[in-house]
Amino acid sequence: MKELIYTSKITTKDLSLFYGEKQVLEKINLKIPQNRVTAIIGPSGCGKSSLLRCMNRLNELIPKSKIIGQILFDGRNIYTYDVDVVELRRKIGMVFQKPNPFPKSIYDNVAYGLRINGIRDKKKISKLVEKSLKDSGLWEEVKDRLNTSAMELSGGQQQRLCIARALAVEPEVILMDEPCSALDPASTLKIEELMKELKEQYTIILVTHNMQQAARVSDFTGFLYLGKLIEFDDTNLIFTRPKEKLTENYISGRFG
Amino acid sequence: MRLKRFREIFGIGLLSLSAVIVVLILCVIIFDITTKGSGVVSWEFLVDFPKEGMTRGGIFPAIIGTIFVTIITTIFSIPLGVSAAIYLSEYAKEGRLTRLIRTSIRNLAGVPSIVYGLFGVVLFVQGLHFGTSVLSAGLTLGLLTLPWIIATSEEALKTVPQSYREGALALGATKWQSIYSNVLPYALPGILTGSILGLSRAAGETAPILFTGVAFFLPKLPGSVFDQFMALPYHLYILSTQHHAIEQVRPLAYGTALVLVALVFMMNLTAIILRYKLRKKF
Amino acid sequence: MPTREFFRKYITELEQELISMGEMVNIAINRSVEALKSRNIEEAKKIIADDIHINKKRWDIEEKCISLIATQQPVATDLRDIVAILNIVTELERMGDHAEGIAKIIIILGDKPLIKPLIDIPRMTEKASDMLKRALEAFMKRDVETAREICNEDDDVDMLYDQIYRELLSFMVEDPKTISGATHLMWVAHNLERIADRVTNICERIVFLVTGTMEEINVSKY
Repeated sequence: MKELIYTSKITTKDLSLFYGEKQVLEKINLKIPQNRVTAIIGPSGCGKSSLLRCMNRLNELIPKSKIIGQILFDGRNIYTYDVDVVELRRKIGMVFQKPNPFPKSIYDNVAYGLRINGIRDKKKISKLVEKSLKDSGLWEEVKDRLNTSAMELSGGQQQRLCIARALAVEPEVILMDEPCSALDPASTLKIEELMKELKEQYTIILVTHNMQQAARVSDFTGFLYLGKLIEFDDTNLIFTRPKEKLTENYISGRFG
Repeated sequence: MRLKRFREIFGIGLLSLSAVIVVLILCVIIFDITTKGSGVVSWEFLVDFPKEGMTRGGIFPAIIGTIFVTIITTIFSIPLGVSAAIYLSEYAKEGRLTRLIRTSIRNLAGVPSIVYGLFGVVLFVQGLHFGTSVLSAGLTLGLLTLPWIIATSEEALKTVPQSYREGALALGATKWQSIYSNVLPYALPGILTGSILGLSRAAGETAPILFTGVAFFLPKLPGSVFDQFMALPYHLYILSTQHHAIEQVRPLAYGTALVLVALVFMMNLTAIILRYKLRKKF
Repeated sequence: MPTREFFRKYITELEQELISMGEMVNIAINRSVEALKSRNIEEAKKIIADDIHINKKRWDIEEKCISLIATQQPVATDLRDIVAILNIVTELERMGDHAEGIAKIIIILGDKPLIKPLIDIPRMTEKASDMLKRALEAFMKRDVETAREICNEDDDVDMLYDQIYRELLSFMVEDPKTISGATHLMWVAHNLERIADRVTNICERIVFLVTGTMEEINVSKY
């Protein structure tokens, strides 16, 4: 078996996750390659979103959640006492399933992350806002109305705004939790193209229940089933000759 | 088939009837007060002091007193109540202690207002030596309003979608930052509306202010928070039941009632308009 | 409507590789008949060895096509495009085999003098090679008209083959000692005729790609 050689940005080591008594993830060993799009697929309830939320420690918002094992970010475990969670979340950004622009103006949405991180220089903020909106492909559509409410944008635009908002704080990793599932096909396509452009600067981890999207967009794919990582490989290989029967059955639509 | 249709019509009819009856009752009350009181209400009525043993004159000091005591209540109950609601909604971990706190608050809401009044006497008038004053009465009313404000504020905070909090946290905000910048602004209309409604109820309460600071007649307006004051609900109570010339002052009583109802309505209207305006912003 | 830029890029790259494979095959065809003319056995051996590259290229392109289908869910024209590419590389690989076959015959013939000078065989080669070149261009340009024309030109190649066949047959009838040499030359001509036939298959694929229907363009006169 050919060993995949790459720089791993995030590595999980025997990661298990519990919500109270219930075990959601079981001994996950995963190496997320740097500057690539990695997709995590699997049937509903298999733990994909939970896995994603472990990476920026958002799973801690769920009461009675418990982690066993480690998650290494650039080689350092993020689940230790001396890790600044706030700084971690700046470096590992997240885009959610349902676009959640804040009830503020477009400009203030993108500037939000900058302001809470202490940046006051108006010129600097302005520059970063423009750059982020350009990087997320939204600039042309909103440059004349930055002060209007973000709630007036369409679904696809709102999601790109959320991406711009995440980009503004200059993260290294972007976690995307089913970012297109609430959007129409045209917006979905725009965001898929965006992911491919973004991977040059960022490491992208995508959770999706849409296999075809994972196939189109990602470089690597991991298949999660009932909390266990069944297979992880180059996307081409997963979709043309998967090694595990379970993987083959899932992607052929025989269950899930 | 016909039976189902009939049952449906019957049900709708019954419900509509209930709604109509409620509205009707309200209309009757308002009609009664308005017809019997409007004759008395005039500009002089509103700005004059009572004269000749309350048989003539106006109710100016009562209006001022009510406003004054409501302000004290506001200053005391809103910051405390909203803070408590934020704690319960955002910070408290689910457990026995939190459940105990919540149950206590709910029970507090059911305590009769006269009990609050007596408690106010013990704590504020005598215990803290504030004496019978606007301060004591305002604080007592504050205690009365507190459970209501906490409950409605918590409700308002609950309506904030979890995604707003998560979205802020995911960007590297601390918990307080996410609450302050995302949760509170969204919940503000609800909190404000609830607060104003609570306060408008407090403005009309009689029992809590009975022993803690209200007086039937004062020659001048309260100069400080430690002075006694006049209030509309108490004034109305005395005019309707305790006055030596009840028949003669009845019109004045209706007039007072009208002013009080109008005041409460205005506060409620403010709450509604505020909520509408703030909602539109989001 | 946003375009799938990355997807478009992959397909364009694939088409380029197809053309490049076609050129490799065309070179092999011409080399083989040149080597026959000059009786260059060393060159023939090289041609046989080089056929591996053509085969590898074919598998390469096939793998990429399969990957594209699995991961990009192409439909309509994109799908026909990829399917056309899959079919054309097969035809090209067989054409490469035919060129290799000619090279093998050169080695078998060795030093023995040819029973007749090569006139029609080079003509067939020129024709077939030209057909292939123009077919590849027609594929890139999606030129249905040219594709149909090329199909009809297969008749010329068939005619030349008939001529060679009759000529060689008469040689064999006259002098049985020429049978060996004649049959070898016939095989060369046969290979070239098959090459031209395969070009018509490629042209049918081009028409399918553009119109969506499979047409039998050049029905044999038999």
